[in-house]
Amino acid sequence: MKARAFSYARPTTVVEALQTFAASGDDASYIAGGQSLVPALALRLQAPQVLIDIAHIPELRGIALQDGWLRIGALTRHCETLSDPLIARHAPLFHDAAPYVAHPAIRNKGTLGGSIALADPASEFPAMALAMGVELEIANLSGSRRVPADEYFIDLFQTAIEPGELLTAIHVPVVQPSHRWAFDELARRRGDYAIVGSGILADMRDELVAQIRLVLFGVGNTPVRAKRAEDALRGRQLDQSAIVAAQAALSDDLAPPDDEHTPAAMRIHLARVLLGRLLGRIAEVA
Amino acid sequence: MSNSININVTVNGEAVSRNVAPRETLADFLRGSLELTGTHMGCEMGVCGACLVLLDGRVVHSCLMFAAQASGSEVETIEGLTERAAIADIQEAFHQRNALQCGFCTPGMLMTAHALLSQPGVPTRDEIRDALSGNYCRCTGYESIVDAIETVARNRAAPAGSKNVVAEVGA
Amino acid sequence: MSDALTSLDRPNSYIGRSVPRPNAKRLLAGRGRYITDIVLPRMLHVAFVRSPHAHARIVGIDAEDARKMPGVRLIATGADLAKVCKPWVGTLDHFKGMKSTPQLPLPLDKVVYAGQAVVAVVADTRALAEDAAEAVLVEYEELPAVIDIDAARTPGTPVISPELGDNICFHGKIDTGDIDTIFAGAAHVVEEEFHFGRHTAVTMEPRAIVADFDPNEMRLTAHHATQTPYQFQDIYARHFGIPEANVRVVAPDIGGSFGMKLHVYHEDMATVGLSMLLGRPVKYVADRIESFVTDIHARDHRVRARMALDSEGTIIAMDVDDVTAVGPFSAYPRTSVVEGNQVFRLIGTPYRFQNYRADLQVVFQNKVQMSQYRAVGHPIAFAVTERLVDMAAARTGLDPVEIRSRNLIPDDAYPCAAPTGYKFESLSHHACLARLRELMDYDRLRAEQAELRRRNIYRGIGIASFVEISNPGPAFYGVGGARISSQDGAVITITPSGDVRCAISVTELGQGTETIVGQIVGEHLGVDRERIKVITGDTENTPHGGAVWACRGAGIGGETALRAARKLKENVISLAGSILQEQPDRLDVRAGWIVDAASGRQRIELAEIARIAYFRSDTLPPGTQAQLTVAQHFAPQGFPFAFTNGIQASHVEVDVETGFVKILKHWVVEDCGRVINPLLVDEQMRGGVVQGLGAAFFEECVYDDNGQLTNGSLADYLVPMAGEMPDIEIAHVETPTLDTELGAKGCGEAGTAASPAAALNAVNDAIAPFAASIAQLPMTPSRILKALGRI
Repeated sequence: MKARAFSYARPTTVVEALQTFAASGDDASYIAGGQSLVPALALRLQAPQVLIDIAHIPELRGIALQDGWLRIGALTRHCETLSDPLIARHAPLFHDAAPYVAHPAIRNKGTLGGSIALADPASEFPAMALAMGVELEIANLSGSRRVPADEYFIDLFQTAIEPGELLTAIHVPVVQPSHRWAFDELARRRGDYAIVGSGILADMRDELVAQIRLVLFGVGNTPVRAKRAEDALRGRQLDQSAIVAAQAALSDDLAPPDDEHTPAAMRIHLARVLLGRLLGRIAEVA
Repeated sequence: MSNSININVTVNGEAVSRNVAPRETLADFLRGSLELTGTHMGCEMGVCGACLVLLDGRVVHSCLMFAAQASGSEVETIEGLTERAAIADIQEAFHQRNALQCGFCTPGMLMTAHALLSQPGVPTRDEIRDALSGNYCRCTGYESIVDAIETVARNRAAPAGSKNVVAEVGA
Repeated sequence: MSDALTSLDRPNSYIGRSVPRPNAKRLLAGRGRYITDIVLPRMLHVAFVRSPHAHARIVGIDAEDARKMPGVRLIATGADLAKVCKPWVGTLDHFKGMKSTPQLPLPLDKVVYAGQAVVAVVADTRALAEDAAEAVLVEYEELPAVIDIDAARTPGTPVISPELGDNICFHGKIDTGDIDTIFAGAAHVVEEEFHFGRHTAVTMEPRAIVADFDPNEMRLTAHHATQTPYQFQDIYARHFGIPEANVRVVAPDIGGSFGMKLHVYHEDMATVGLSMLLGRPVKYVADRIESFVTDIHARDHRVRARMALDSEGTIIAMDVDDVTAVGPFSAYPRTSVVEGNQVFRLIGTPYRFQNYRADLQVVFQNKVQMSQYRAVGHPIAFAVTERLVDMAAARTGLDPVEIRSRNLIPDDAYPCAAPTGYKFESLSHHACLARLRELMDYDRLRAEQAELRRRNIYRGIGIASFVEISNPGPAFYGVGGARISSQDGAVITITPSGDVRCAISVTELGQGTETIVGQIVGEHLGVDRERIKVITGDTENTPHGGAVWACRGAGIGGETALRAARKLKENVISLAGSILQEQPDRLDVRAGWIVDAASGRQRIELAEIARIAYFRSDTLPPGTQAQLTVAQHFAPQGFPFAFTNGIQASHVEVDVETGFVKILKHWVVEDCGRVINPLLVDEQMRGGVVQGLGAAFFEECVYDDNGQLTNGSLADYLVPMAGEMPDIEIAHVETPTLDTELGAKGCGEAGTAASPAAALNAVNDAIAPFAASIAQLPMTPSRILKALGRI
């Protein structure tokens, strides 16, 4: 279980990283924390000619408030997501999900940008990015652009990031006093990928659901916004009948994989249970 | 494609300069080039926790990074922690409580215990179990490990002279 | 501890005392020396090209490009290795009619499971070997694979090994007679069909071997991660044609074994053969992916069983049908029939009933070989038995404790025999049951359970009695023709400084062999255990013996050490008598001194005796030859096995909406005879219980219809981790075996033997209000949700 041979580059600026990638003839991989990439290399599922270590690029670091958005540098580690007070206050779903992301040692090395760039459909952070409606800052040699999360996740491990491009930061619209949120997941063991997980961000006005973003993960090729369930809740009080309606709508929102270990019917069932519990929690504090 | 590159790492307090193949993991580098075989490999994919080391003071999997990535960093292994007596009380508690059998997971367990016990406060048993959630042990069933860590946490928090003896052992 | 003097207060009274393991300190310092750590001069590394198919004919192998790759030293096929290795067949004579095919290190023309090694690539590093292995092209012609447990016996199914005639490895029957009549007349009959998934050992250190063949002296040294070095010395000598005395097997620190590392593996045999072909050391370390597809798997049973009771709730008979699928051939040298044999002989054995019928079919399939792993057969046997007992309790309206109390063999009924043939010397089921009831506060838990159910919280309590085979005599393997020893040997020496060296054939896996041997020698020789060095795990330096398996280390190895120490003590006292001009029967050895037996007065230090013996023999009386080294062998006689017994309880909470189970607590009351070191015994229990809970809730090797293992990585195969495991409370009842002076029986497998049964009963108890039941392990959320009718 040893990786195929590759050469190693360690750029110190984003532009240098992008140029290194271009010079490799696109046969390269960026590595940040490497907590998902290194196993893939060890198993020879991936075998780039060049490994570009972006962990030493200062531009990719930092957490700062900018005009109602929290800009989180792509190299922000999972453990910082847990400990940073700005994230806890302004991007609470990242903070709440962090303890569920793998184990302490993985969280010490893995990066938020790496997780969202990989876009594992069973991962917490990509789903929470979608739930909070973040924008992803993506750099290429022509410049930089921001892609809304709703347009970012395309298919299994496929995002708006084009080959050679680099995810440089995550911009989170800061939560408002009227916002309520909840996160939970059902995993067999602590730190495992969840069978089903969910993050919800709701804007509650006059005890009614004014807006809601309801995201599930582990249930498809990408994190999924349960839009029909959102529709079932919008404009309503979060009472039992609304919750039941949202749960019922889930089967139209989800088409989970059916495999030997976890039948699709089970994922839908668990998604409903989880949704009910999370909405119940939001209703309690609302 | 370059066959080898030069890296500079501080390992257990000593500056080390070596040529490595870029594909060599930090775990293979520590075990092979530096003969620090106290770092073990149980899965080579960051699941079992046997290969944990300290990288710039943080516990990480040495199988989940290449030695090249560690250039410029400080690495500390079980050998280093042992020699500077940083975890002597944890090792003693593990010994008294028999919190190891085959010993293969033990260096990783000690790394996790060291990280947890370096934080302020006395963790609950559930918090200890949570901290250990990435460390696989096939022998002990974990309870003795939780006991040993709990004992050290209490002893470190207790005023001098009121240390607990581990669970009647040797009484 | 009270102030009263106990037997533990005598000098060197170590037996029964919790002492930590001296050899654990270096492991804690990162100074363990495992096979994976070993580097020899000019050592090469091997990687294997593996079959992607579960069943296929090998049409051609093209290794031309691979041979030219950097660092490659040898590429070998089945034909190359067949020149140096004689084939092996995994059968035993006492399993009448069992059959299996001859095996070679690498196959000649056919692969029979996915992941099977086909070509060996030896190179300067493992990475280079893997590079070249990728470049070896093997052409296969795929054959239909036999996967399902029933497929093997279905008419028209392809026969995996046509030379055997069919896919049946072994067929066994037990019948005490009139079973149909008894069931027809029974007041109550309960029945169930059970499914037990395959699971595997997942030792922390994978399998590893460094084979070092020196053609100049025809000498093989195998540094081998195994629990049975003598068995492998015999096998390497016979199959590679090397004189046995020239084969040295060294097993230093082993990163877990649990039965998995005592079987012959094709890669290990290939590695020895490659070292012979190259005349250089060759290292093979299975990576975790290889471990999952090639380490032996265990269990994989489908059991249909029923139990008959009279109107009083007395069990009167059981009727059992067990099918177990063991892979494409039987493992060597212990076979793949032992597990099934133990399942159908252990079922029902804690109970009094004497009417029993059982059918065992051991079948072949295209999956990796299945064989002995911790608690061989026991978890299946007691899950079946104990679930039926709980079902019978529900049917008859008896409490689970009460029905066991009525049916367990009375503690004063020994010796007695089970209807399956096992003989019991002396067990303590009722004492254990009573102790458990008190330990777990059973009545309070039942009251709490009722209270919580009213609040829609569903907790369950499961109880499981068990027996466990330990201290096996030759009846286990020897009578079947296997060259697997049931005796052990020890050589004890007093060194010139008065220290003690004990070289013994039982091996250390971290369970504490060296510690308990030191305790026993210290106590029976009269020497502080700090002065005793115990040497294990090297065939060159220790006598031949069985080593450790089937919970024999403490009972047989310990007795060997005891007798060796006594013999040496007699020599010491005899010599001291000569030197002191004293009657030997008035002398004793205590704490390293020769003392007056009656008064305890110190007469002469043991070190002084040794000094005189080694350096001043001229001062000894004429004709006195000091014998400060003794050898002792011991083989168990009397009962064929020393059965242990005990009872376990599991307390769980089932989330009936999600099917998730929280394991709240586990209890064990266990009788392994004389407890030599309670600390070590308790930790054997806990570790064993957790392996059983893994099987009960998490662990399963899941194959698809094509025979591909679908969860063969440590990320996908769920081993029990700290966060999900409970605290485990342990108590002991001690009924020493009278077959030895030491009185110890084994304890390493008891935890695993019945924790799945207790867990199965606990979950069923929790979901009983929904009229739901489950009879399949592992009890995953999806299976529990299905049982509850939620999906």
